[in-house]
Amino acid sequence: MLDNEMHVSFLGVSQNESFARMVAAAFASQLNPTIEELTDIRTAVSEAVTNAIIHGYSGMRGMVMMDCAIRGSTFTVAVRDEGRGIPDVALAMQPFYTSIPNLERSGMGFAVMEAFMDSVTVESEVGRGTTVTMKKEIAAVGCDE
Amino acid sequence: MQIKTQRDGETLSVLLTGELDHHSAAPLRVELDALLSDRSIRRLVLDLSGVSFMDSSGLGVVLGRYKLLKERGGSMRIRGASRPVGRILKMAGVYALLGQQDAERGEGHVG
Repeated sequence: MLDNEMHVSFLGVSQNESFARMVAAAFASQLNPTIEELTDIRTAVSEAVTNAIIHGYSGMRGMVMMDCAIRGSTFTVAVRDEGRGIPDVALAMQPFYTSIPNLERSGMGFAVMEAFMDSVTVESEVGRGTTVTMKKEIAAVGCDE
Repeated sequence: MQIKTQRDGETLSVLLTGELDHHSAAPLRVELDALLSDRSIRRLVLDLSGVSFMDSSGLGVVLGRYKLLKERGGSMRIRGASRPVGRILKMAGVYALLGQQDAERGEGHVG
């Protein structure tokens, strides 16, 4: 498999959540992943993009950047916003923690990303924005079941 | 996200069809809460067999409705979740919270 890259940016509105996960999954499908691996990627991307919209921009207008890459059998996706940033990344990543309990958030976003991808790293700076980078190794021989 | 409802005494069954993410969660929550404003409903059965995608935003909707039912002394059941949807519910301990035993598929504990 030739190494490959894809970059896309879109307005941080909830309508684009399904677009983002679809386009990331379509790109990753070059690695011939299983249906389950594709679902993992769609779900993890959906979580990261939702975080950028809800927490990064929280009502402000801003763009979400998504960079996808294939290196060998590894799929990487980085979701970046230029929003408010996360003051305490370790706290934000704790299961069931939510900074906005009144919005009925489950606080499981990062836990889902970590469960469904091989690695998740978060870089954030208050007032500058957040980048969530996730990697997943796609087994060499994929099948459709 | 489309919803279909069926009322049987104190039980409201809701069949959800479509993708349940942050975008679809808000209107779904409004719709469900309008239905549940009828306080004679004491039991909610969420049929997720038509849900093709769900992320943690869906968990918020499910857990929020559970809380609502519990506050009025009622109960909630989930059925028909696909494997990936069931996996997310299981991660958050939703089946355990609802007292359902079938964590994998979420089926067969409706009656």
